[in-house]
Formats: sequence, C-alpha cells, structure tokens
Amino acid sequence: MDNTLSFTKPLLETPFHKRTFEACYNNDWYRWAGYKIAREYSNTELEYTSMRNTAGVLDITPMHKYDIKGKDAIKFVDKLVTRDVTQIKPNQVMYIIWCNEDGNVIDDGTVFCFNTNHLRIFCAERNLNWFCDTAIGFDAEVNDVSDSIAALAFQGPLSCKILHLLNVKNIEHLKPFFFDSFDLNGSNVTISRTGFSGDLGYEIWCNPQDALNVWDSLFKFNRDYKVLPAGMNALEMVRIEAGFIQPNADFMSAEQALRPNRMRTPFELGMGWLVDLNKNYFTGKKSLINLKNKSLTKKLVGLDIQGDKPAIGSVLYDKNKKEIGIVTAGMWSPSLKSNIAFGYVDKDHMKIGSKVFAEIYHPEELEYKKIWAECLVVKKQFFNPPRRHKVPADI
Amino acid sequence: MKSKMSKTKYDVAIIGGGHNGLTTACYLAKAGLKVAVIERHSYVGGAAVSRELHPGWTYSNCSYVCSLLRPEIFRDLELSKYGLQIIPYEGSATMLDDGRFYAHYSDHDLNYRSIAKFSKKDAEAYERFSKDVMRQCKIIKPLLKMTPPDPTSFRPKDIMGLLDFAKFFAAKDELGGLGEKEIYDTIRFWTMSVRDYLEEYFESEVVKAHMAGSAIIGTALGPYSPGSAYVLLHHYMGEVDGTVGAWGYSRGGMGSITRAMAASLKASGGDIIAGSPVTKILIKNNRSHGVVLENGDEIFADKLVSNLDVKRTFLKVVEKENIPDDFYNAVKNFKIRGSSGKLNIALDDLPIWKSIPEGDPAGTGDLHITQSIEEMESAYDDWKDGRWSKLPYVDMCIPSINDPTMAPQGKHYMSVFVQYVPYNLADGGWTEEKRLEFGKHVMNRIGAYSENFNDIIKHAEIRTPKELEEEVGLTEGNIFQGELTMDQLMFNRPIPGYAQYKTPIKNLYMCGSSTHPGGGVMGAPGANAAREILIDLKKQINTHYI
Repeated sequence: MDNTLSFTKPLLETPFHKRTFEACYNNDWYRWAGYKIAREYSNTELEYTSMRNTAGVLDITPMHKYDIKGKDAIKFVDKLVTRDVTQIKPNQVMYIIWCNEDGNVIDDGTVFCFNTNHLRIFCAERNLNWFCDTAIGFDAEVNDVSDSIAALAFQGPLSCKILHLLNVKNIEHLKPFFFDSFDLNGSNVTISRTGFSGDLGYEIWCNPQDALNVWDSLFKFNRDYKVLPAGMNALEMVRIEAGFIQPNADFMSAEQALRPNRMRTPFELGMGWLVDLNKNYFTGKKSLINLKNKSLTKKLVGLDIQGDKPAIGSVLYDKNKKEIGIVTAGMWSPSLKSNIAFGYVDKDHMKIGSKVFAEIYHPEELEYKKIWAECLVVKKQFFNPPRRHKVPADI
Repeated sequence: MKSKMSKTKYDVAIIGGGHNGLTTACYLAKAGLKVAVIERHSYVGGAAVSRELHPGWTYSNCSYVCSLLRPEIFRDLELSKYGLQIIPYEGSATMLDDGRFYAHYSDHDLNYRSIAKFSKKDAEAYERFSKDVMRQCKIIKPLLKMTPPDPTSFRPKDIMGLLDFAKFFAAKDELGGLGEKEIYDTIRFWTMSVRDYLEEYFESEVVKAHMAGSAIIGTALGPYSPGSAYVLLHHYMGEVDGTVGAWGYSRGGMGSITRAMAASLKASGGDIIAGSPVTKILIKNNRSHGVVLENGDEIFADKLVSNLDVKRTFLKVVEKENIPDDFYNAVKNFKIRGSSGKLNIALDDLPIWKSIPEGDPAGTGDLHITQSIEEMESAYDDWKDGRWSKLPYVDMCIPSINDPTMAPQGKHYMSVFVQYVPYNLADGGWTEEKRLEFGKHVMNRIGAYSENFNDIIKHAEIRTPKELEEEVGLTEGNIFQGELTMDQLMFNRPIPGYAQYKTPIKNLYMCGSSTHPGGGVMGAPGANAAREILIDLKKQINTHYI
C-alpha cells in the first residue's frame, strides 16, 4: 500500500481501490480510518439486497489489525477483554469487548487464534496505545499490521456457494466463528466465517498484492449470480438488522468521550453476556463487579416502532411525555418490513415488551410532519435467518 | 398438512388456503381463536404458489410479481421470520418491431433520458404523470384498509364510516386537503379509459403503449374501454419499501408468501386441513355451522369464511335453497370474465433479445411486447370474438436473473402473462390441441423478438383461463376474482349491500379478492374480513393493520 504522506491527498487508497473506484459510479466516498471507502456505489437499495439475496462485497481493509505474539499472547488478551479467552483454540474466532478500569467500553472486535503464541485482534477504532500499555509485563508483543493485510467482507446467502464454485475446498464445513487458510483462485488467503451482516457470510484476508485477484474472483460467476460491491450505507442497514452496535455511533468509546457521563458499561449496552466476572483479573473487573450489583439507569434496547417513518435522531418519551432516552440508529427494514431502531431507555422501560414513544420529525415537501409513534422494546437482534448458522453452509 | 379427524369444532374455519384466506386465519388465530384453513389441494397458496413442474425449476405458476402485499400484514404476520424476502427490480422494457426498445429504469435520471429518446416532452410529462398517479395512490391507500360503508344504510356504523370518508377527503394534514377540482379528477380517473387518460400526458405511441399495459393485465377491458384507467391505478398503488408503484420478486417464487403465511398460522396455533375440497356448507335456519369435505369429513365451526370467489361460493358450494333470489341473481350477474393466459417456461440459457442488450437493467424486470394502444385494442377485439389475440399483449419476466433459487445455475425461468385469451372459444370449446396451439402461438410471438428463444425452451406449462379455473378455482380464470370496474368496487364489491365481508347467511363471511379492495396479492381483503369478524365477536387485537 502506498503510505506516502501527501498533504494534497489526506486519504489513503486500499489495495482494492482500482476496482472500487471503477465500480463507484456515484463517486461517493466515506472516510474510514484514513482510507477512502465507497459510501454508495450506485444504488444502496440494490447493494443491501445483494447481501440478503445473493452476495455483496465490502472493502473492509481499514479495519485495524493487531498481531499479538509471544508465549503470553492468550494471557495478555485475557487481561485485556471481559470474556474468558483462555480456552480459545487454534482457528477459532471470538467476539470480544474491552473496557477501561471504570468498566466503560472502549471498543469491540474479534480475536483470531493462529496458535497459542499468536493471536490477532480486528477492530474498528485505533487501539495500539491501549493494547501496548496493557501488554506491559507480559511476554507478548503487539504489532499494528493493519496496512499489510487487505480485507473483504463477502456476505450473503450465496457467499458459500460462490466460494465453493471457486474451488475453495471444504468451505461449506467452516463453522461460524472459525477461520482457516485457503487457496482462492491461486492466492493464499485466510477466510473466516464472520461478518457484520447477520447473514451467512465470510471475511477474506489476503496480501495486498493479491487483492485484485481476490476481488475479481468473487465476481467471476456474475452472469449467473449477481454479486454487487456494497458500500457503507448498505452495511449500515444490514448491521442494524443484525443487532450489531458501533462505537461512536451507538455509544462513545471510553477513550474518546469528552464527557464522562457519555461512557457506557457493557451492561448498559446489553453486552453483559460478554462479561465473565469469574475469570482472572481483567481491566475493569473490579468496577464491573460493583456495577453488576447496581441497578441500571439506562440501557440500549431494540425498538419496533409504529408506522413506516424512520425514527432517526428521535427523542424517546414515556406515556406521560417525560423524556426517557434517545434513538441512536433507526431505519425502515426492507427484510422485516418494519420500522426498527436502537435506543437508550430509562430503568422503567428496559424490559422486553415495554412501551415507549418516539417523537419523529418526518420531512415532507419542505414541512416537517411530527409523528408520535408507539415503540415496543424488543431484542436488538432483529434479523437472524437459519442459513446464517447452518453447517455445512448452503452451496 | 395431515387431514384432521372429523368432528373437530373450530371457532372459525376458512374455506380456501389462498393468501387472503391465510391472512384472515392468521389474524383470527393471533386473537386467540381456534382456527382452521381448509384447502382442497395438498399444498396451500391459491394463486400465490410456487411449484416444481420441471426438475430443478421453480415456477410462480399464477401470480408472478409482488407489490401490493400490504407491508403491515407482512409485519404483523412476521413473514420475514418464516422465510419471506422481497427482491426489488431495477427496470422494465417494451420491445418494438423495429428493433428498438423502450426502457423504464428505477434510476430517475436514466429514466428521463430513456423516455426522451422517444419524446423529450413525454420525458417531462412523465414527472407530471407520476405525481398525479402518486397523488391518486395516496388518496386510495387508506381506503384499502376500510370496510366500505354502505351509503344506503342508516346504521350508526355506516353513517360514521361515511363521515370518516368525508373527513378524510377534507383532511388538511393527511392529503393537504382535497379540493373540488381534485374530486372531479379522482372520479374521472376511476371511470375513464386508460387511453384517454394517457392522451392527457403523452404524445409518443410507444410511451403510451408501455404505460397502458398495467391497465389491461387480468382485465376483460380494452385500453379504450371506460374504467380501464382504474386498473392501471390498481397496479400502481403497491410499493416496495416506500417506493410507490415499484414491483419486486418474492424470493423462491410467489409460493414463498403463502408458505410463510402458513408457517405463521401454525406458530399462532392454527390448523391447515389440506387435501380435500369442501363440497357442502352445512346451513340450518339460515345459519352456517360447518362444512362437509369430499372425503366425507365434517368440520364444524361457529363461523365460516369463504376465500373462494363469490360466484364459486354461492353457485357451487352453498346450496341454492339457502340463498335469497335477489342475491342469487346478483351473484349470477357478477362480472368475472377470464381474459388471461399464463406460460411458465424452463430455459436452458438466458434469452438474447434482438433489442435489449444483455446486462441492461431494463431486461431484468417485466418485459412487454406491444407496439401501440391500437394493437392492444385489436387484441381485445379478438377476445370479444371468442379467440385468443392474434397479437397478444405479453408481460414477461425472468425472475431467475434476480432470484438465484428459481433455476439451476446458468439456466432460467421465464414467466409469461398473456392478454387476451377467452374462457370460451367461439369455434367450440378448449381442447388439449388448442391449448398447445395457443402456447405455440405465444412462444412464436416471443421468438420473433429473440435470437435464441426457440432453441432454449426445455419445458413449458401452458395455462388458459380453463386451467386457471380448474387448478386454482378462479371462476372463468379471472385473476382478480371479479372485474375491477366501478360497478364492482367499494360498496358494490362483490354485491351491493354485501360489501362488508358478510353474506345473506348468518355466520358465513367472505374474504377473497371478490371483496373490497379487490385482486392482486394484497392481503387487504383477508385482513379486513378478519377485522369485521373480530368486531362481531367483540374481540380486540393490537396489530399494525387492525
């Protein structure tokens, strides 16, 4: 990757740029960790549909990638994150979050285990500083390998079938949250059965010099099966349906929040299931033990909202019109034909089945229509089809 | 779907497992009632079915695209959870004899330039046309969910209903108020011919012909017939995710819709009794209390709902002695004329069109063959004379381009809807020979526009109105369960005085497309009927639709 610092080109181009640039008819780019990533190639609705009907290809190269090597690699990660990772096996992936000492969430990500002396963490925000500080005292070296690995997400119900047609051996037997090395059209790649879409899907990690071959391969069967490159707008849609939250969108990272009361604990984010208070000491454990015994004052929940006007940015109220929270992400879900959202609610409305109200301002020909919509508190995971978990996957 | 033992007692039994019957059943089951759907085939679906008639290919045997299905029903019945997905498509096209094609694209700017190829004025007029049609859709949308109030009745419910109607039209917030001029416009739109309507906007014969197609599909009217403009509106008033007038494919074929509904029904505790038709409705003292199936089983229910069309219900299933004469005569005179044929074709490869290049999004949606409104009118003249059209209007699509589940890799499934084909042929009735001849006639017409079509046909299912009647049960093979003309819409549908899903027989209701708001895979008649039954049972249910 060309990493030269140029003041006329503040954004970097990924190893797929030659292709994404050709495909990005709208020339609509999003800044992600210093890279140019397509926001919309030509039609968000179709890009979204590809991930639910055939398969969509997303350039996720800007993901941060940190190699952890040394005999304490597992011990170090176990200290870093809230989940017990000591039992992680080679070729396994775990979803993880990490907190500061106060028990506020810094970021989430995945950890890949190559062997007991070599792990790799993938995450959305920069964490080198935090990881290195945490690694002090461990026989573990943290290296930022972000620029040396190109990555694509290949998501959708035909993703396995197409990899199978490309002779990726035994890909259908790869279980969710596992990875392996494969030959993909002559390139050596790492493929994990992971992703942000909540559907059947894979992430493909390769050498930057193999990037174009990998990209082109995925579109090889396009006469039969229409695979589309998908932009960040479409990704935003699938991730909300899947119930995945995002730092600095649904919560402020504890490392970045200016105002302490904007930080969130795993419990407030509905991620208590990722916190193991019985494991060895980890950063934030003491505070989390205290927090666990206190009742929550706010919680991020899923909302099923009356009507079809998205509640983006809406304030939430109780039935007496008292303000009780805010919506962080909202959309009309094409898959569910439902008006869905994530939002914070107060302690009286956290239970599944609770009713709250959203005040929606819907723009209509230069006037706002003010809608008072009833919302049902539901689980955040709105979309979870059986094909996502099937082993062997559909080919 | 095993046959239940006889003598089971239900709160409500629904006769016919089409999409409306299943919708009614789902809402009633959600309200806690003990519900059964009785279906004569071994599979549910009515005219929303997918069947594998050629190994490896899934056909949407009858209905083939989806737009009208009310999103509230999709949401209430949790159809996504039960596997239903709607795939939007990007365009449509009309192929012309001179090698050109007219394309319609979902991309606004591409669409403008495509129309401008034929007429720049029309490209601009299209904006006005879209706005006016969209406005009419906005006006009609809330009416779909309403039980039509009876204008001749003095019952409080009807008077309130009429007041609601009036209030709605005057409402400033919903529609910005409906002025005097717009009331005239609306009444004109609902009664005029599509040809006259389109003349007010467009000059290009090609543009008009492309637009007019929606007005004749499934209808025994020609583009010059008064009332045909409404049929166009009926095809525009659906949506795909907020895009009004857009159409999409149901992933896995139209049967995915009814399969998902059946799964939703079972999850709510409802039963499906499939495999034997209802031969008789048990009626005592003008009250229905059960049905008898062909296999001899008797099923008892406090209330019965017929998903069959009004003619089939009252001329075939209910015995005449139970029906008042005036009602019987009105049913006999109900217009339900077969005018459409359907071919489902398994293709070895993608058709190469003489006009539309491969990969053009216009080729992925509905494709039409017609030259002009005059040609369509003469196709209608053939129908009136009792023969299939010499130059039929053809509405084709190849769902397998967008839906990977319909055909093996590299192969394709084509749905071909044909207008016009009579239910009765003037030169004697339908025979097997004539059915095949009709199929050949349509395939030849398509073949003339393609380089390879005739060489890639592997299998074809050919359906005339007769087959639609025999297999699906639609009287005369009319796809809407009755013509969508003003004399048969709103409070006149199906029979004046019986537009509120009730019948002259106590405890017997109707929920099919013969009732308001009519045909298409919409689900609104089914949901409206469920609401009326719940009102009668004094039961409440809190859903998005009801």
